[in-house]
Amino acid sequence: MARSDVLVSADWAEQNLNAPKTVFVEVDEDASAYDGGHIEGAVKLDWRKDLQDPVRRDFLNQGQFSDLLSAKGIANDDTVVLYGGNNNWFAAYAYWYFKLYGHKDVKLIDGGRKKWELDGRALSKDVVTREATKYQAAAPDLSIRAFRDEVIDAIGSKNLVDVRSPDEFSGKILAPAHLPQEQAQQRGHVPGAINIPWSTTANEDGTFKDDDALEALYKEKGYDENKATIAYCRIGERSSHTWFVLKELLGKSDVKNYDGSWVEYGSLVGAPIELEVH
Amino acid sequence: MCGAPVQGQTIPAGVDVEKETVITGRVLGADGEPVGGAFVRLLDGTGEFTAEVVASGTGDFRFFAAPGTWTLRALSASGNGQAEISPEGAGVHSANVTVGA
Repeated sequence: MARSDVLVSADWAEQNLNAPKTVFVEVDEDASAYDGGHIEGAVKLDWRKDLQDPVRRDFLNQGQFSDLLSAKGIANDDTVVLYGGNNNWFAAYAYWYFKLYGHKDVKLIDGGRKKWELDGRALSKDVVTREATKYQAAAPDLSIRAFRDEVIDAIGSKNLVDVRSPDEFSGKILAPAHLPQEQAQQRGHVPGAINIPWSTTANEDGTFKDDDALEALYKEKGYDENKATIAYCRIGERSSHTWFVLKELLGKSDVKNYDGSWVEYGSLVGAPIELEVH
Repeated sequence: MCGAPVQGQTIPAGVDVEKETVITGRVLGADGEPVGGAFVRLLDGTGEFTAEVVASGTGDFRFFAAPGTWTLRALSASGNGQAEISPEGAGVHSANVTVGA
């Protein structure tokens, strides 16, 4: 798979706004960003309201996801072009999610909403409506989703990539520094995890570094090419960003995203935790 | 949640500033006027990225950090800029960032 199959530039996006069978989707946690102006024709997915189960801590099941995409007017054979705020964290999460449910053609706009805004490109406040479809999600592909017991079993045998900031990894802080720090979890990281912050894979404007720089980064940090990989962060969206880098850009085999991440792991009774940074 | 609370000078209800090390400030243009909507990045003492928020329409931003040395770096369509801040303990600490100077 070529980089251009999964990642498109803001220029490409601007030139393809009206391309047939192509749906632009903005994914944010702060849905007010979309309402204040979005890429022309883009529909909105709210990370919490649309993509999470309203009761259980989990994301939508196959039927719920089918219903959601049908209502949004997205068809199985559409090219879905994702972008969003927070350096594409939630768009990358949606990318992983669309892949988990078998959507064939998904792309991410490099740099997301930030690059688009920094470039001074046009945003629209027009209400976007699309005719409903009959979307059929595939059964979830669990080869790209890790669960908590797999993470514990992976200690000492797989690459565990903790993509949080160094201060979260060491336990100095518990959440990204734009959030209050009073949280229920223990501090620290999964023993033996290597800390490769998601931010080290991206440029300041939110675009991804080139493949050579990314390969060099993982090699330098001790990523073992011969091992399977599980990426995690705090709630699974930054680790989706790294899953995208490892699986989709660099083509590594057997890479899973642990979307339960630290909010789950750091609350498990008896799970091993390490504070030391090696 | 992982998105930032609404940016502004008012600390959200439920946040204990006796415990939190709050870094707040405003993005200003070369003319000293507030610049809204800039991307403000908090970098740690080694220059590593820690967090990013989008400043409010009035240029306000806010982080919940820890004592230490931090760099505030703002990116906007009209230019970039940065400032340093070194809070020594909990409480509200302020620094403005001028862009495009």
